[in-house]
Amino acid sequence: MTASTETAPPTVAPPTTSLERANHGDRVFKALLTVAALAVPTLLAFLVFELWDGARLAIARFGFDFVTTSVWDPVAEKFGALPLIFGTLASSLLALVIAVPLSLGVAIYLTEFAPKAVRQPVAFFIGLLAAIPSVVYGLWGIFVLIPLLRTTVFPFLRDALGFLPLFQGPIYGPSMLSAGIILAIMVMPYIMSVGREVLLAVPNTQREAALALGATRWEAVTTAVLPYARSGIIGAIILGLGRALGETMAVTMLIGNRHEIAASLFAPGYTMAAAIANEFSEAVGDLHLSALAYVAFLLFLVTVVVNAGARLLIWRVARGSAAGSSAL
Amino acid sequence: MVYTTRYLVCLTLLSLACGGERTPSPDAGRVPATGRGPVLTGAGATFPAPLYTKWFDAYAKETGVRINYQSIGSGGGIRQFIEGTVDFGATDGPMTDAQIAAIKGNVQHIPAVLGAVSVTSNLPALGKTELNFDGGLLADIFLGRITRWNDGRIAALNPGVALPGEDIIVVHRSDGSGTTFIFTDYLSKVSPAWNRQVGRATSVNWPIGLGGKGNEGVTQQVKQSPGSIGYVELIYAISNGLPSAKLRNRAGALVQPTLKSVAAAAAGAKLPPDTDFRVSITDAPGPDSYPVSSFTWLLIRKEDPDTARAGTIYDFVAWMLEPAAQRMAADLHYAPLPVPVIELVRRKIVR
Repeated sequence: MTASTETAPPTVAPPTTSLERANHGDRVFKALLTVAALAVPTLLAFLVFELWDGARLAIARFGFDFVTTSVWDPVAEKFGALPLIFGTLASSLLALVIAVPLSLGVAIYLTEFAPKAVRQPVAFFIGLLAAIPSVVYGLWGIFVLIPLLRTTVFPFLRDALGFLPLFQGPIYGPSMLSAGIILAIMVMPYIMSVGREVLLAVPNTQREAALALGATRWEAVTTAVLPYARSGIIGAIILGLGRALGETMAVTMLIGNRHEIAASLFAPGYTMAAAIANEFSEAVGDLHLSALAYVAFLLFLVTVVVNAGARLLIWRVARGSAAGSSAL
Repeated sequence: MVYTTRYLVCLTLLSLACGGERTPSPDAGRVPATGRGPVLTGAGATFPAPLYTKWFDAYAKETGVRINYQSIGSGGGIRQFIEGTVDFGATDGPMTDAQIAAIKGNVQHIPAVLGAVSVTSNLPALGKTELNFDGGLLADIFLGRITRWNDGRIAALNPGVALPGEDIIVVHRSDGSGTTFIFTDYLSKVSPAWNRQVGRATSVNWPIGLGGKGNEGVTQQVKQSPGSIGYVELIYAISNGLPSAKLRNRAGALVQPTLKSVAAAAAGAKLPPDTDFRVSITDAPGPDSYPVSSFTWLLIRKEDPDTARAGTIYDFVAWMLEPAAQRMAADLHYAPLPVPVIELVRRKIVR
């Protein structure tokens, strides 16, 4: 570097070089930041390695069959995680189906329609929802939500939509649908607050242009605001999905914890995170422990795949300019 | 060049920092933290944890020996004991022969107190009426072979009770637990079909039913679902006022779970003088024995190179067997050990 500055014309050398070299404080600071930044990927690498290391026994024994079989029998030491993978994806998907329209509706109302005096307080309370610990959601689910669902909502759904296999079968209370609903309540604050920020970032000129062309408020939102913010909104949804995939406590308290894939939403199910939390402390056999580590490894893979897919989606959608896309 | 070296140094430092923390120091528990006396660490079963906490607190006040106990579950207790990261373990289910072989037999199971599992159900039409079951019937209900409350076999054991025609909703523990081990151990003994199809363990492949997390999860599930049946720890059933079913024991008597009937089960299981205490007392003989009872054990080393630590642990075990300590157990609804068992343990720990 120094040699090249001597031979090259003086104008090529960046003007800050001498300053940078002189300032030792900056170099120390930079080194510290570099360590901090490197710590995260290193930690991640160790995490993946430990999970894989712990799962080796189960991987050697079951291989890919682990992902495609459904028997989970600690006594006979036969383990298959398909119902867990299905349960994790199904409950999260269900949560998004319920939470996305609701939270986007609230976000749009708060940014486009609500009177000024209402906006801040409502946004504040939504933020508070996100601060409630998941075990509290779980308890509330057991004491309030499940009795309500079992006696009122589920029978109504069965009567109205019973022709669909999704809404057939006996009603116990704890079920895939109960877990989906509690998850929806838990991810809504995330989608709402991020969605609101993204909508706030849409320049007013967009709205004014649409309104000036004679659009109604509804048309302005759907044609000018939402398309502009779409990649940011997808990002908000992905944030919610990430939370739903990993949520453990509230789900295990409401899902019924049954290793089974059922067509009905009233039937109990199980998720990967719940199975790990439930069985880890009392897993005595090496293979049982290893199978749980394998489940953890798969959960990690699922989240990585889902997040990578989401990035790809945002990247494709964001071609053309959009608010919030650079942040995500 | 400068940059690469810097990165390399950072990486080395990081890997050192991470690598250093992977193996816990084996004698971490023995270092006296304050110099006020020895400190022991133990880990394991959650079921006796409230009693252990009380015992260790009282013991510290009396002798100055502090004992730190982590209730991480029986499985974790056995694992940490095998790895030697704790001074003693605690478990609701005894170690298997393979696990004992892994540490060359250097373990002694010490019964601490007794636990039992109560069967509870929710039939609003019957109110608080306590139902009667026998082992085979219970196994068939939990196997899903009997699906309605007015089944002839239930009615035969409960004459005069107007059983409803509802479906039976089976509720079991979803988390691995000593309670499940005791319950499935009992069912495996009394039902060949259960033994073949499901077996005994801290978590099993339940043929039917809903999983509730913890005793409180099962309780809520049963309370909220009319027609449900589940099992919880006896202490939990007593302190929450749940109806406990009477079970037919091996002597043919219908027995309700109480501290007395649980102690009777332990007394009924006659232990040979050379016992290693790894005995199951489910389905115990004796007319007063409640059949779903069990010991909960402390795991200590038979031979310990650290004689000071061994002495400290032996002193505590001797203290724990004193009437005063066993009375504390009864205060917290744990059944105290019967006298013959205490005598056997005493003889075992005399050096």
